[in-house]
This record gives sequence, C-alpha cells and structure tokens, in this order.
Amino acid sequence: MTGAEILVKSLKEEGVDTIFGYPGGVVLPIYDALYDADIRHILVRHEQGAAHAADGYARASGRTGVCLATSGPGATNLVTGIANAHMDSVPMVAITGQVVTKLLGRDSFQEADITGITLPITKHNYLVRDVGDIARTIKEAFYIASTGRPGPVLVDIPKDVSAGAGEYEDPGVLNLPGYRPVCSPRDEDLRAAARLILAAERPVIYAGGGVIISGADRELRALAELLCAPVTATLMGIGGFPADHPLYLGMLGMHGTRYANYAVCECDLLIAVGARFDDRVTGKVESFAPEAKIVHIDIDPAEIRKNVRVDVAVVGDVKKVLAGLMPMLSARVKGAWQEKIEAWKREYPLEYANGGKLKPQTVIREIYRVTGGRGRITTEVGQNQMWTAQFFPFTRPRSFITSGGLGTMGYGLPAAIGVQAACPDETVFDIAGDGSIQMNIQELMTAVNYNLPVNVAIINNGFLGMVRQWQELFYDRRYSHTELANPDFVKLAEAYGAKGVRVSKAADVADVLIDAVRTSGPVMMDFLVDGEENVIPIVPPGASLEEMIG
Amino acid sequence: MRHTLAVLVENNPGVLARVAGLFSRRGFNIDSLAVGTTENPTISRMTIVVEGDDLTLEQVEKQLHKLVDVIKINDLTSDEYVGREMVLIKVNAGPAERAEIMQIADIFRARIIDLGRRSVTIECTGDERKVRALEESLRPFGIKELVRTGKVAVLRGAKTTSLDGNGKNKKGEED
Repeated sequence: MTGAEILVKSLKEEGVDTIFGYPGGVVLPIYDALYDADIRHILVRHEQGAAHAADGYARASGRTGVCLATSGPGATNLVTGIANAHMDSVPMVAITGQVVTKLLGRDSFQEADITGITLPITKHNYLVRDVGDIARTIKEAFYIASTGRPGPVLVDIPKDVSAGAGEYEDPGVLNLPGYRPVCSPRDEDLRAAARLILAAERPVIYAGGGVIISGADRELRALAELLCAPVTATLMGIGGFPADHPLYLGMLGMHGTRYANYAVCECDLLIAVGARFDDRVTGKVESFAPEAKIVHIDIDPAEIRKNVRVDVAVVGDVKKVLAGLMPMLSARVKGAWQEKIEAWKREYPLEYANGGKLKPQTVIREIYRVTGGRGRITTEVGQNQMWTAQFFPFTRPRSFITSGGLGTMGYGLPAAIGVQAACPDETVFDIAGDGSIQMNIQELMTAVNYNLPVNVAIINNGFLGMVRQWQELFYDRRYSHTELANPDFVKLAEAYGAKGVRVSKAADVADVLIDAVRTSGPVMMDFLVDGEENVIPIVPPGASLEEMIG
Repeated sequence: MRHTLAVLVENNPGVLARVAGLFSRRGFNIDSLAVGTTENPTISRMTIVVEGDDLTLEQVEKQLHKLVDVIKINDLTSDEYVGREMVLIKVNAGPAERAEIMQIADIFRARIIDLGRRSVTIECTGDERKVRALEESLRPFGIKELVRTGKVAVLRGAKTTSLDGNGKNKKGEED
C-alpha cells in the first residue's frame, strides 16, 4: 500500500464519509488514492471554503469534519477556517500535503511551515515523517479532535510519505499520557454547586455552546424547569434551549435582550453551563453579574477563572454534570423573581419598527415562518448574524450554525454547504450580508456543482452594516469605507448556474422564500433592505450590561 | 511571585515552540527556561521560572496542561527544592587584577576555566542569589561576556517529579 492508501483506509476506519478539499502538487498521491475510494469528496473553489464546510458539517452532525488541501498556499488558505473551528470548539481534522521531507526547511516551492503556523489555532498538530506513523497519527487526530473540549487537529503529510510504501496496521490502543480530558465531575464539586443552587433566590442559567456539543439540551431543560430558573444563551448556546419556552430569555451580552441582561445584573446566582465568559457576553467584566455567586460548569479546566471570579467550579462534560446535579436539587416554584423577569419581558420586548422600506428582521421572521423553524440556518458575520440570533426562534440544537468566537465573514455559505452535505434532506439557509457573502461567494459554484440546494438570503443594505452602525453610534456618522458597491447578485447567481431572485417589497418575501425552498437546486435571494437599520439593543464596547442603548 | 515549574513533556520536535508560543501569546512572563532529556530519552524536562500572581499561575498550569505534549507539571515553589543555574563570566583581567579575581572566585567556590592575556573566564554554579552576588562582585572589573543556563531544580528528599513520582497529574489531583 502507499501512504496515501493507508491514509484513506485510516479515514474509513474513523467513519469518514465526506471530505471537503482541493487538489495540488504534493497531495497528488492522496488524490490518486481517493480516485476510487468509497469516500465522497466535495471539490470546493477555495481552501477556506473547505475548512468552513468541514466545520459546518461537524456542527450540524456532531461528527468530525474533514478538509484536505495541498502544501503552501493551500494550507495557509485553511488557516482562517481552522482558527474559526478552534474558537468555537468544533471537531475537525485538517489534512495538508507537504513538500518531500528532504526539501523541508529549504524554502521549497509551495512550502509553508503549516504546523508552526497553526500551533496557536489547533488543539494539536502533527508532521508525519514516516509511512509507518500515518495510521496511528490519524487515529490520534480524530480522538483528540472529537473528545474532551473538541477542536481542530492538523496532520501535515510530506509527499514522499504519502507516496511511500507501507502496510496498514491497526494502531490499537492509543498511548497519550499528556491527553486525559476530564469528563466525569467530582462529587464534592457537584455537592458544592448544589448547595449554592439550593440557597439561591434569584438564579439565572447562562448556557453556552458546551450544552450543544455535549448533547445536554434535555438535561438543561430539566434543570431549568426543576429550578424554575430563567435561561439565557450565548450566541453559541442558541438552540440548546427552546426559544419558545416560557423560561427562555434569549441571548445575553452586547446584542442580548434587555430582560436577559437585566436578569444577569440582578441575579444572586449565575449558573454558567458550557460557556466561557467571552467579552461580548460580559461587557465590562468588573461589573458583570455584580450581585451573583457564580457556578461555572465546563469541560475545560482552563476556562475556570480565566475571565471572571468563580465561587464553585465543576469540571466535566456538561451532560454528565447536569445529570449528576439533578438528584441533589429540589423543585422550586415561580416566585417574585420569575414575576419580575416576566414583567421585564412584557416591558422590553425585542421589536423593530416595521413599515417603509423592507426590514431585515422581516426577512428573518419570514424565513422562520416558511421553514416552520425546522431548517438549519447558517449566517455570515455582522448585523445579519445578530438579527438572526435575535429574531429567529431556534428550538433545536445544531440548527443555528454561526461563527462565534472568531467572527469570520465568509463563513456562512461554505458552512451551509457542509451542513447540507451532512443533512441532505433538510432545508438549509445561509442568512448573509451583502459584504460577507462576497468573501466566499465562489462556493456558490460548489453548491451548484454538487446540487446542494442551499438557500442564500442576502440581507442587502449596501453597507458593511455592523461597522457602519458603530460608525453611526461611536464615530459621528463618518461612514469611512463601509458603503459597498455590489455586483448584480441575481445575474451572478445565474452565471454560477443557480437561481437568482431580487426582492424589495415585504409583500413578496414569503412567496420568494416558499419558491426557494421548493427549488431543487441552490437559490440566491437578494433582499434589498433598509440601509441604516441598526441592531439593538447594544451594550457599547467596554460598558456594563445594564448600559444598553436602544 | 516567582514560581519554579518542573514540566515533563514528550520529547517531540516542536515541543519547545509549543510551550514558548503559549507563554508569549497569553502574555505570561518567563524569567528562564531550561530544557533537556530525562533518564527516559522519550521524555524531556523543562524547568520554567515564571512570574505571576496565583490566578496567573493557575492559568499557566492549566494552559500548559492543554498541550497534548505536556505530561506533568509540578510547581516546586510550594515545596522544599534545590535550584541551581550555571553561569560563565568572561571578565577583563590584566596581570594586576588576576589575583583579586581568583580570590573572589574562591569565595564563591567558582572556577577559573580559561585564562587569556587580558581576561579570565569563570564558571559558577549556584542558586540565583549566589550567581547574582558573584556577578556584582565582578562587575567593577568589567564583564566582557556573561552567559547563563537558566535554572534547573529538583525537590528535596525522596520526592520526585518523574512520571510516577510526587506532584500533580493531569487531573490536578495529588498522586
């Protein structure tokens, strides 16, 4: 067997059914092995698209996403996608070709030190120097990527290694003395957390992406209902608790709901579940949850006390921690705290002024209505993303797929392709901005090529909307380089072989969406919306949560 | 406060870059770092002297543990330990100053390891305070060159930081 054949066999052993990739010189042996392999390969149009598609595939399915690129520029084009997966704890294995071992370190053609470059943005990475190491390395890579706090692992394979001769040998039990993720919580930590929870009068549950990653949505709901505790979600936590549940407060933080942020400001106990106290969540960290004791549940011990003080930390898999906590707690009934929150919800609902030009929020509400909330939604980054988080009531985990930590414009379309590849029978939308869609618009060709019927809804306001909003609010309306000249998205869609539609009237939105969902191929919709609509409320950068504007 | 960490790592290429990169990107201050293989050739041991408060040290240890190549970390500072560094100092020394310099070296139990017409080179091993004191004593003669190894350290008594020895394992529990 060649090293490449051993690689393909190893990928099959890991249950890989789809690879997103792009060929090149030093991955020729690997592509040759893929030629008649029983693995679907989706040829993207830019390697960044491969990384985001593998990421979307992973987030939608819970399985490890795989992308493949050649050395040098192929590998460096993956970097943004790898960093994106790292920030959002997405299980991914990125395989890159490398120049032959004897040319390493000599600035050879298409050589880039990709293991060096990705050191800070991978959970771990490897340079495979021997054919005999391929099988074990791939097994380790998938194990590390998918266990504990998931993340991307990169495997760099020089061409002489993938072309070299060897035999596949089952790597057997892995020996990783330096990698022992803690999954089961300690009893004394659970008891300490339970004591604080039982003593609390005004609890709030703050749920992050860890709920979704560990599949703990049922446990979270059971805990919230037992304690009658309101639940707020981070951007990554959306979908981990049903948005139509009476205890749900929506998102907290910079663009959170007023009632979520008020609840955090006034609670006496904050139960953080698989969340990491990001600056977009806490605002000014010194005045975050000022009256609260904090219980922090997370699988990554390094998250404990990284950003905020914590009274009780429980390290472990969120699902196991919540399951372990339940028997230690007793049921609570609705009281003054819950009534206060309900009053805030009535007083400060999330709304927008409808009328006049087509509003972005209307488009998002209509996508929810037309899909019956059952679709999978990706977004780009910026206003389109925040409005989706605010106005699309997600009720299922893994249905909202967005770039949280890194905030990567250009994520949504390739991610939607990955989602559609993982979920062929579901309706997939990319809710996009006119700016960010252009960062990876070439992937529309991938969708057409493989007939992946993603629906792209461009919220076209003619601006880099979120930056423009900050210029309006914080830079005296000096719109420096944020007004966009755009292509004709309808013609562009048609040039790619997709369907293109332009919509400027609210009355036409629903029909166009229904038609798009029924279309068997990709559709790109250009919604011409009010150019200067803002995302509100907004906590100004560096302010505390209670200092919301709008 | 200054902490001395004994860190056992897989002896893989790039492990030093992983550790050094972690310190620089997270803004942790390394005072010194010494590294070499242990009695087991697949394992290297780093002695890292790092400055920081308790919260910083907690983060340093936890972030180090996230590196797959890091097997074990032991903060020696909380225990009795012996720490040593070696320094080589080349000092200006004409025939007139030699005697005095040799006398200073004697007092510090340092050794003259090279002699030139206008310089002597002194080797000294000891803890940071001793090495600093020697350096200060030689400074008036004019130090031409100074090179130090960074601190290496072991626990006193029978306790060790080997893979099966005392210290903290990955779960942060005492062995």
